[in-house]
Amino acid sequence: MLESGKPFENDTPLGFLEQVARVATSRRVFLSWAGATIAVSAIGCSSKSKNPASPGSSGVNFGTGDTAVLNYAYALEQLEAAFYTQVIATPYTGITTGELSLLTDIRDHEVIHRNFLKTALGASAIAALSVNFASVNFSSRASVLGAARTFEDLGVSAYNGAGQLITSDTYLTLAGKIVSVEARHAAAIRDLLSPGTAAFAGNDVVAVSTGLDVQRSPSQVLVLASTYVTTSINRGDLP
Amino acid sequence: MKDYILDSLAAGSDEAVSRRGALRKLEHAGLGLLAAAVPSVLANAAGAATRSPSRVARTQTVTDVLNFALKLEYLENEFYLMGLAASGLIPSGDRVIFQQISAHETAHVALLKGALGSSAIVKPTFDFTAGGAFSDVFTNYITFKALSQGFEDTGVRAYKGQAVNLKSDGATLTIALQIHSVEARHASQVRRLRGQKGWITSNNTDVSALAAVYAGEDNHVQGGVDVGSTSAATEAFDEPLTMVQVLAIAGPFIV
Repeated sequence: MLESGKPFENDTPLGFLEQVARVATSRRVFLSWAGATIAVSAIGCSSKSKNPASPGSSGVNFGTGDTAVLNYAYALEQLEAAFYTQVIATPYTGITTGELSLLTDIRDHEVIHRNFLKTALGASAIAALSVNFASVNFSSRASVLGAARTFEDLGVSAYNGAGQLITSDTYLTLAGKIVSVEARHAAAIRDLLSPGTAAFAGNDVVAVSTGLDVQRSPSQVLVLASTYVTTSINRGDLP
Repeated sequence: MKDYILDSLAAGSDEAVSRRGALRKLEHAGLGLLAAAVPSVLANAAGAATRSPSRVARTQTVTDVLNFALKLEYLENEFYLMGLAASGLIPSGDRVIFQQISAHETAHVALLKGALGSSAIVKPTFDFTAGGAFSDVFTNYITFKALSQGFEDTGVRAYKGQAVNLKSDGATLTIALQIHSVEARHASQVRRLRGQKGWITSNNTDVSALAAVYAGEDNHVQGGVDVGSTSAATEAFDEPLTMVQVLAIAGPFIV
């Protein structure tokens, strides 16, 4: 199955991610999403000591079947929500009113996605993840929007690849309802970075010959996301 | 063509369900079939002169969905080709955006035609004035952009609505999703070009003639969970349209 998806995968520049990985190891600053406003629910799920400075000491398991797919989506939405929450809490230098408004909308959407998935999963939801944005300079427009582009494009590719793993009609449609909003975000962020160009659906994410966006398997996505997540993740039965 | 698709859907809804069930069992028996389907679609999309012998037999449901998608892609493709060809319509600074969108729609048409082979419908004849309702579509940039937004937002909703009908064919579902997100990128860009948000707030539209494109976008109960009726909650989820709803929207543009 994995092999079958490969021909459709476009090459996304990984330079940014590689750079990020290097900075992350040299400058450890952890933002624990669990420590923010939704701490109560997180603590309820994992009362064991969860020290973000020692990743791997406690981890999460996505489980099996549709639960695993939903937990996978929940993990990605946690990451995005935590990122944009920080962006809005500490806006970058020179942010315009329009940019702040657009990024606030996106933050709100990601928080709604995260909370929805948590509710939908109920007792099967993984705990809150600890995230690491050390590689992002939140005072720099280029750094913040570059990271936002990475997160949105990654999210689109993740949902695109996960659709075929979903058994429930309801959740397949729901994944579709979310992924197109992520794609709308991706286009808007890309246009902020390169206004009035073809970047909103650039050739780095939409293959010229087929007009297809990127799709990635969970294992591929989790490798790329691991730069920003310190919690150890077991992807359950996902490929 | 439209009648054919609608008739087969209306007549076969129960049958389609049982066919899907049977197909799922087949899949479990031989996952390799799905893997084989992807290269065959690609080979055809790349313009291979001969059809791949490894092509997997499709259910009528999947074929109907692909032809439905092809009809919409034909519409979008011709719309942008005509728009780009209309002298003085698109300002030079914006052409790069519509050239990119147009290239994707052309690729989608080729991909779907290749996948469908001899089952592909022929291109309908289009009237982008919709019988005169948008008479200045190719002379007035404001009208052109409004219709572009309507077509892209409809496309997003159309693919979304068909996802469950492609569940029996994981490889095809994935490709449909990969088109779906491209249409959403287009929609976001065109909306922002028009001074709108890239996302859809409630069922709002500034073009009353396109109200049907946004019908139901005010939904805020997702999978049984009420996510709240705030603007952000309706923006956070794009809603599907059924094939019948989409064809009703596209109908006035098809002769």
